[in-house]
Amino acid sequence: MSELSTAAAVFISIGVAFDLIGGLGLIRLPDIYNRLQAATKCVTLGTCFILIGVLIQFGFTSIGVKAILCLAFILMTSPTAAHAISKGSHDFGIKLWEGSVVDKLAEDKSKE
Amino acid sequence: MMKKMLFHFLMLFGVWLLFTWTLEIPDVIAGVIVSLILAVLLNSIFDGEVTSLLNPVKLFWAIIYIPVFFYHMMVANLDVAYRVLNPGLPIKPGIVKVKTKLKSDLGKTTLANSITLTPGTLTVDIKGEYLYIHWINVLSDNVEEATKEIVDKFEKYIVRFYG
Repeated sequence: MSELSTAAAVFISIGVAFDLIGGLGLIRLPDIYNRLQAATKCVTLGTCFILIGVLIQFGFTSIGVKAILCLAFILMTSPTAAHAISKGSHDFGIKLWEGSVVDKLAEDKSKE
Repeated sequence: MMKKMLFHFLMLFGVWLLFTWTLEIPDVIAGVIVSLILAVLLNSIFDGEVTSLLNPVKLFWAIIYIPVFFYHMMVANLDVAYRVLNPGLPIKPGIVKVKTKLKSDLGKTTLANSITLTPGTLTVDIKGEYLYIHWINVLSDNVEEATKEIVDKFEKYIVRFYG
């Protein structure tokens, strides 16, 4: 394996930083819905940056192309999973954080 | 019908070629067989809406959408990062209801996934033409205003390729 190029190192560092912020958000934010915000957004982007770094390092070889495919699949599956978890939690009756200002979904559910 | 199957076959075969990244005959033949079996077996599951991208104008707008989406995603991440790192934890969360003009399932899915990946918003549920969005910093719980704030910037592009 060749040495890590500067551009690849920069991209991978940014990615790791975003993943770290996502992890921090998972601990700091109050309820499951807010935590999903941090877990989906920051971690998706962080992982995208790491994969772009891998692509820059290896170019369009067998490894680089797999990085592109992983990128596409992560962008499709990560929001879908977040949606499934949040819908499941809400249907199961997990309450929003007490500081939340509005819950239209619960209002509409109670009307039915 | 055949067009739909052919489209899925080519898509699956393309992904196979990218994954294996080789043009040796045995690999390619295995790819053709696997893609063909999957395209035939899963034909009833795929609704074929994605074939609308075969139209060049629609494909053009779908490609334009990618950088737009990435721009919003970067902004979203910096916004969430700021909220997480700020010691005061400046959040004002809630679930709001927004309305979409999109009719097709694929269009709604694209919109919901785009919303989930962008500024402090997470799609919790879809019922008919309404989407329920968890918003980390609620600016308005009014349906029209929330729609303007969250949906419009994506919808005007998505409507051009998935209707």
